[in-house]
Amino acid sequence: MAILEIKNLVAHFHTRKGIVKAVNGISYSIESGQTLGIVGESGSGKSVSQLSYLRLLPSPPLRIPNGEVFFRGNNLLTMSEDQLRTIRGHKISIIFQEPMTSLNPYLTIGSQLVEPLIIHLGLDKKTAWKEACEALDRVGIPEVEKAMKVYPHEFSGGMRQRVMIAMALTTKPEVLIADEPTTALDVTVQAQILELLKKIQKETGMAILLITHDLGVIASMADKVVVMYAGRVFEEGPVETLFERSAHPYTKALLKSTPRLDLTQEKIPVIGGSIPDLTQIGEGCPFYDRCSYRKDICKSTFPQNRNVTQSHQTFCHVEEL
Amino acid sequence: MGLSYILRRLLVMIPVFFLVVTAVFFMIRFAPGGPFSSEKKVPPQVLKNLEAKYHMDEPLVQQYFRYLGDLSRFDLGPSFKHSNRTVNEIIAEALPVSMELGLIALCWALLIGITAGGLAALKPNTLYDYIPMSLSIMGICLPTFVIGPLLVLVFGLWLGWLPVAGWNSWQDRLLPSLTLGFAYAAYISRLTRGGFMEIRHQDFIRTARAKGLTETQILTKHALRGGILPVVSYLGPALAGIITGALVTETIFNIPGLGRFFIESALNRDYTMVMGTSLLYFSLIFLCNFLVDIIYVVLDPRVRYE
Repeated sequence: MAILEIKNLVAHFHTRKGIVKAVNGISYSIESGQTLGIVGESGSGKSVSQLSYLRLLPSPPLRIPNGEVFFRGNNLLTMSEDQLRTIRGHKISIIFQEPMTSLNPYLTIGSQLVEPLIIHLGLDKKTAWKEACEALDRVGIPEVEKAMKVYPHEFSGGMRQRVMIAMALTTKPEVLIADEPTTALDVTVQAQILELLKKIQKETGMAILLITHDLGVIASMADKVVVMYAGRVFEEGPVETLFERSAHPYTKALLKSTPRLDLTQEKIPVIGGSIPDLTQIGEGCPFYDRCSYRKDICKSTFPQNRNVTQSHQTFCHVEEL
Repeated sequence: MGLSYILRRLLVMIPVFFLVVTAVFFMIRFAPGGPFSSEKKVPPQVLKNLEAKYHMDEPLVQQYFRYLGDLSRFDLGPSFKHSNRTVNEIIAEALPVSMELGLIALCWALLIGITAGGLAALKPNTLYDYIPMSLSIMGICLPTFVIGPLLVLVFGLWLGWLPVAGWNSWQDRLLPSLTLGFAYAAYISRLTRGGFMEIRHQDFIRTARAKGLTETQILTKHALRGGILPVVSYLGPALAGIITGALVTETIFNIPGLGRFFIESALNRDYTMVMGTSLLYFSLIFLCNFLVDIIYVVLDPRVRYE
């Protein structure tokens, strides 16, 4: 059974300039021990969709007019703030993409690390401190006792992201949402952090929801991939078949525009045009303007899902690419 | 930040102090008129005797060095206008009154300002925001000489709850301190609101929320320190200003404070008194800013003084 299931989630921002339709009816699910990669350009709604149901975005302007998000069968969208708070940071943890600013500069690492342990697990300060030390040790931070007492600015970006990971994992969450966890880090550190996540997942069996725009990261980490564009899911499937047999014009174009080391390319192809204005999109396919396979029907209606294989589905009117 | 830093800060004060002494000394001397010029013609012999008494017959440079010499013994000299009283005596008498008034006013300002600003930041764009913030605009715009008499009128005359003037009982402290503190409360409320609004949108507040902390925990543990920093940096100059700059309030409520001497001395060309009050103001500013810098280190671990 899926541990987290998103059904027809819609998230809009009501601003003075109009309604920004950031997420427009997306559905997918993730199981324990699985890594689900969510890819898409900036502004495709990958982060917003996660932050919206966890109520981490200011509301207003955010509104969720439609959808259900089930965690272990309980709808997160209808439960009270107090109920949600017992899950958020406890059963569902998040790592943000900005390690430099996501830790509180005014508090020591230690005092920030023990918070989830005290709030959610009800540990006393001493036990929480010990557990937090172990958590730091697990993510490979040396001299943990000393590290607990320093302030975030004394750490590098990579170290801070390790602290964020340690903090997210102290309560042994069942779902970890990693929102571009390595974007702000250099490539070697990136690899270490991803390795670390994989290792911890093996030990604890948690589900990882990995949000990224780096297809390389997806290829090495994910079991299942969801491709998002302008608040819609375009394609979903196992990582192997999705990359090899992509059945959506956007996924194909995206893969084509990725630099490859095994081919000598003079020029990397790009997708013409840019992501549509999210206040202007209607019922049709949001990729219509940039799509080279477009048909008349695409303009007015967004397609139903179509199975490519049993576990691989796509949302496109065009069957033969 | 170590002891050496504190020592160095204090040492830096000496040359700056010296500069201030020199500048104020010559500026007030070069201002037209003098302590003994008045409408009535003073007989030349009397004037001569007076000038001799206050060493004003000596060359200016000699007077300057004489003043420095006295100053090094913490002797601010005799007042030119208040006969038979020294500047030291006058300051010793008036400063405690002004300090008391100023500190009570500052307490009001902090209490009212931070409460109002915090409330506004917690519920932005609601009545909790609009009402205190409109009041604070009023507080900034309305001069003390309007607020003071208004308070006297309402609480002193109409309701008869509080005395209208004087400086004896604790009831006497209420109206002047509120009058004086009102404008400062207004500033502090805006700084508090601004500080908290900025902090609320920081990534680390989102992290705190993502960890499952309650809004109260977020406010008190994660937002307070950073949010209050703008207020702290405002407090240094504010404290110095509130102690020495209460002339209007002190006049309205007939309080024997320092503010009166500040203005009077400059108008009367009471040279020694001008020097005394200016140096006091300078020292207060310096010390208050120094205190604020130290509080800053305690609040923000990223700040380091070498």
